Amino acid sequence: MANSTIYLDYASTTPIDPMVAKKMINFMTPEGEFGNPASRSHRYGWAADEAVEEARSHVANLVNCDPREIVWTSGATEADNLAIKGVARFYKSKGNHIITSKIEHKAVLDPCRQLEREGVEVTYLEPNDGGVISPEAVKEVLKENTVLVSIMHVNNELGTINDIAGIGKIVREHGAFFHVDAAQSTGKVEINLSELPVDLMSFSAHKTYGPKGIGALFVRRKPRVRIEALIHGGGHERGMRSGTLPTHQIVGMGEAYRIAKLEINNDRKKIEKFHEKFLKEALKIEHAYINGDLENKVPNILNISFNFIEGESLIMGLKDIAVSSGSACTSASLEPSYVLRALGRKDELAHSSIRFSFGRFTEEKDIDKTIDILGNVVDRLRELSPLWEMHLDGIDLDTIEWEA
Amino acid sequence: MAYSKKVVEKFENTLNNPQAFKVGKFDPKEANVGTGMVGAPACGDVMKLQIKCDQVGNTHVIKDVKFKTYGCGSAIASSSELVEMLIGKTLEEAKEIKNKEIVDALELPPIKIHCSVLAEESIHQAIEDFESKQ
Repeated sequence: MANSTIYLDYASTTPIDPMVAKKMINFMTPEGEFGNPASRSHRYGWAADEAVEEARSHVANLVNCDPREIVWTSGATEADNLAIKGVARFYKSKGNHIITSKIEHKAVLDPCRQLEREGVEVTYLEPNDGGVISPEAVKEVLKENTVLVSIMHVNNELGTINDIAGIGKIVREHGAFFHVDAAQSTGKVEINLSELPVDLMSFSAHKTYGPKGIGALFVRRKPRVRIEALIHGGGHERGMRSGTLPTHQIVGMGEAYRIAKLEINNDRKKIEKFHEKFLKEALKIEHAYINGDLENKVPNILNISFNFIEGESLIMGLKDIAVSSGSACTSASLEPSYVLRALGRKDELAHSSIRFSFGRFTEEKDIDKTIDILGNVVDRLRELSPLWEMHLDGIDLDTIEWEA
Repeated sequence: MAYSKKVVEKFENTLNNPQAFKVGKFDPKEANVGTGMVGAPACGDVMKLQIKCDQVGNTHVIKDVKFKTYGCGSAIASSSELVEMLIGKTLEEAKEIKNKEIVDALELPPIKIHCSVLAEESIHQAIEDFESKQ
């Protein structure tokens, strides 16, 4: 069943590259290197430790930082929590104001909410209508007591790219720390931390063909950033994140990032072609709108609203295609995507949105088949839609008083 | 979000064979047509339901129904389910239809119950509109 469904939800998660999976298996079973990397007294421990450090180098190599600046976590969510709460709590006496944006992932927004409950003041920046946070917007809200700015690199719903070099420069001049959630950008956009004025950066393995349950936080050494740990018990990762290191997961992330470094251009070239084709065909559908600045986004994510139909019913109609929606009905909250609403999109366009995301294992025939089905399902759902009927009758839906 | 088989089946049948499942419209100005429209685009669902009635004795019987629904799969399935319940019923009987019958028929999860409530409201509105014309 899984194979008959076309997977276009790579921004949600990616399959593990088979080369990665193959390597991971060597660090689990009795005949493999299953040792605890923290065991200093025997070769099982030494071998595991060596594998962990090699993986750390691969991660550091992809983003051009010192391996000693990489702290393993359970994923990007934990890395975001560690960075945000870690800095806010460590530097409490220095300042208690944080700047972030309304289009961040919940892994950034929820820790900020938690800090608000602890008395920290948080400013949530609005993006422009293309879904981008500008350095100028950050500059305007910096305050004397701003201690941390957290802005994502690539937005997970729209694929839009923020100018982290520009934002970082302003934040650094101001003397605050800058955290970047880079869960969606590794392997898609070049990241050079030896030049970027970024103090903390969160990474995920499973968005980049590695396993779920592992990620990392970059913590800059020069100039040094200090963080208060969230998890205590054993002093692993120089006290920043205790807990036995999951060797196989770490090896998987390392291998995935090693491959990402090699494949970044091939992946991108292939996906750009798909993006171009998909975009061209999708825009032939009447009243289809692209969400997010097309001139300033990664090609692997394409977010489109099909007006007059609801996103979840479109997903159900596209039953052999795995995609996701900003529709309320796919969330537990019954609220449409807060990211699309932050762009100033009308709620109905947020309800009508679908995110298509492509990846390394997407084939041209997947794109062709999806395009074929898409137009047809949109037509048939519009046939069912009273809003489409009213639109065809020339009624302006905004002039109607709906009883909600 | 996993759906009950019944919702998926109803949704797909309606999508694949709209005429057979009473998707469409009557002229709302006709005297024997009642139209109800509930919900709002900003909330993610709008249901439009129309009934066509015949006088039988001193009451009216629903002879035919048309609907259109903008909304999630459960909303579309709920409308479609309701439409099937209506044909042949007197207005008095139609007024008695409760959203719970739709919930049970489609095995709607709690988070989708509002879809069935909206469907119930749409028939009440359509009957009200029809009666106001008589």
